[in-house]
Amino acid sequence: MTGPDQGATEPTLAVDGLKTHFFTKAGVVKAVDGVSLHVNPGEILGLVGESGSGKSITGFSILGLIDPPGRIVEGSIRYKGRELTTASYEELRSLRGDRIAMIFQDPMMTLNPVLRVDTQMIETVRVHHRVSKAEARERARAALAEVGIPSPESRLKNYPHELSGGMRQRVAIAIAFINKPDLIIADEPTTALDVTIQAQILAEAQALCARTGTAMIWITHDLAVVSSLADRIAVMYAGRVVETGRTADVVNAPRHPYTRGLINSVPSHNARGSRLAQIPGMTPSLMNLPKGCAFRTRCSQAIDACLEAPPIREIGPGREVRCFNPVAVAQSATVEATP
Amino acid sequence: MSGEALVSARGLSKRFVKKPDLAGRIAGHLGAEVREETVHAVDHVDLEIKKGEVVGLVGESGCGKSTLGRMIAGLLTPTEGEVRFKGKLRDALSSAEAHAARLAIQMIFQDPFASLNPRARVESIVGEAPVVHGITTRSGMASYVDDMLRRVGLDPEFKRRYPHQFSGGQRSRIGIARALAVNPEFLVCDEAIAALDVSIQAQIINLFMDLRSEFDLTYLFISHDLGVVQHITDRVVIMYLGRVVEAASTDVLFNGPNHPYAQALLAEVPRISTSKRTFHPIKGEIPSPLDPPSGCHFHPRCPHAFDRCRNEVPVLKEIAPGRISACHLNDG
Ligand SMILES: Nc1ncnc2c1ncn2[C@@H]1O[C@H](COP(=O)(O)OP(=O)(O)OP(=O)(O)O)[C@@H](O)[C@H]1O
Ligand SMILES: Nc1ncnc2c1ncn2[C@@H]1O[C@H](COP(=O)(O)OP(=O)(O)OP(=O)(O)O)[C@@H](O)[C@H]1O
Ligand code: SF4
Ligand code: SF4
Ligand SMILES: [Mg+2]
Ligand SMILES: [Mg+2]
Repeated sequence: MTGPDQGATEPTLAVDGLKTHFFTKAGVVKAVDGVSLHVNPGEILGLVGESGSGKSITGFSILGLIDPPGRIVEGSIRYKGRELTTASYEELRSLRGDRIAMIFQDPMMTLNPVLRVDTQMIETVRVHHRVSKAEARERARAALAEVGIPSPESRLKNYPHELSGGMRQRVAIAIAFINKPDLIIADEPTTALDVTIQAQILAEAQALCARTGTAMIWITHDLAVVSSLADRIAVMYAGRVVETGRTADVVNAPRHPYTRGLINSVPSHNARGSRLAQIPGMTPSLMNLPKGCAFRTRCSQAIDACLEAPPIREIGPGREVRCFNPVAVAQSATVEATP
Repeated sequence: MSGEALVSARGLSKRFVKKPDLAGRIAGHLGAEVREETVHAVDHVDLEIKKGEVVGLVGESGCGKSTLGRMIAGLLTPTEGEVRFKGKLRDALSSAEAHAARLAIQMIFQDPFASLNPRARVESIVGEAPVVHGITTRSGMASYVDDMLRRVGLDPEFKRRYPHQFSGGQRSRIGIARALAVNPEFLVCDEAIAALDVSIQAQIINLFMDLRSEFDLTYLFISHDLGVVQHITDRVVIMYLGRVVEAASTDVLFNGPNHPYAQALLAEVPRISTSKRTFHPIKGEIPSPLDPPSGCHFHPRCPHAFDRCRNEVPVLKEIAPGRISACHLNDG
């Protein structure tokens, strides 16, 4: 199951040069600082990157959910050719939850703590579709079953605090899937789920994309999940995309030094009980980034040229890297193929 | 590692009862059969954790891990059973001892957002308790907080911010810094590193391992990430629908799980693969804790199930030194 070729159809979503900044008392936080990405119908794009690198804020920006003192200061977001950065509040609201859905990193951003699960799910359906309450309830029940919640009929009557962490997360996923949207932005949707249930959700996500042509942006730090789910990967660092390409290419032969560091930190690459390989140094403060390449102070490949900001460069078809001195291909092949 | 048990739980149970709602009660008055729904979140669990030990707690979503963790940490009252800390019953502690125990046992919550006061700055979230308990002074608080934030990989400059101004992973590290700031002896980590990318995960795991070798810090480590569990724990306890089904040292367990559920679970350890794969949901219905299967809870999904499994609850038995499992196959 592969998404249609790039360019063959209009992408479901195209983000270009997006900048979202927070104007705080302490200074300007450039949370997203020039992000470009696209995702085609039926395609899954994995968005990975360090904690604090701007993945969630990219998602919030697409949905028009940035509150002051934050603001989109530059760039464009086109959904099926429609510009969203200048769309009216009404226009965004009718898209949200129906054609574009987001699964938030914190399920309590989706769930209202004082409402029962059924009330919230029925509402999500009926706000956008003229169906009876009974029909909406039935859709809600089916959606809970699809994400592997046992006794969905009883669970519909629960309040969020009566559910386990993973169940809350699955209810939020069910709400995002319920109207079969064209675009789903899933922000760390399976972090608290065990592997068996994770597999069920991923199967459901894959099926939805294949069946209805839904495009997905799957934000995650879990390389094992993203490597087996996504068609393409975009890696973010300090508010920018630093590497993109087809999943196998990026995972097999990472070219950006940050991507390589990320792959080497996975515990299964390290002997049990040993100290894990970690990328040296600390995530830089977004208010005070190193001059030139933002990764420079932590990079073992840094050269003099890196005192300037590296532009993103195409190094192959659909493969881009933002680096003056990328990792050599032979050196970067860190992962053996699993059968 | 000494042999002394730091924490021990005996026959610990937690049941949540849901009363029928108004519509249900009316139906009940009209003669319909309406019953209260009871979730046996934790069902007679024994657990002993030695000083300096790292015990992993794994199992399917909803099987009762957080509930057990919260009871062990003293944040939730058990329906049945007892918890001892350093050999003393939790309920029998003098008020000074109870106070000390509350500080010594810290929990890192699965849901960091709900557990951080939205109106407090990071500075007071992390620094207030250590000042109150005399671990640092009011004038030393700023540098104490800076140090804690650095340890979890956060820029000290963040300390003037409120919780909502952080990314998910940053927020969960504030929860970790807050727990570590009071110098605990025992940490219950509930999916503490699930929201972190691998590089920062590595940094936090390394920090946990350092604290353990320096201060003999003891951990109950709840996680669905089997790669991480295998890496850092000494012993693993596996739960299924509220009950412990197997417990063994990590090496032994990962080399060959005994219980059929443990076998199914460990078969799923995800690895970085280089090709896209199709996911297959598990066979068989996921059982509901509202209406658990009879006998062995795992029988509807177990490939080895036989008659006895439907009728009789298998008891946990020692099948090798330090290794317990609850499966009828071990009798035959
Ligand atoms: N309201 C806010 N005010 C100021 N800074 C903010 C605000 N919200 C987010 N940030 C900052 O913006 C940056 C990007 O945050 P974002 O939530 O997008 O990170 P992320 O990549 O999703 O990280 P994680 O993996 O930890 O969730 C972070 O450094 C964060 O501290
Ligand atoms: N306050 C509560 N009221 C009613 N039921 C509850 C409550 N807290 C937990 N439960 C129920 O207890 C069971 C166990 O929940 P628990 O949160 O311990 O699971 P868990 O193993 O931590 O799962 P997860 O991996 O999804 O976090 C679930 O069926 C849940 O719905
Ligand atoms: S541009 Fe230079 S500093 Fe930045 S990642 Fe590439 S080699 Fe490293
Ligand atoms: S007791 Fe029976 S059903 Fe349960 S795990 Fe063992 S063989 Fe399977
Ligand atoms: Mg995030
Ligand atoms: Mg839990």
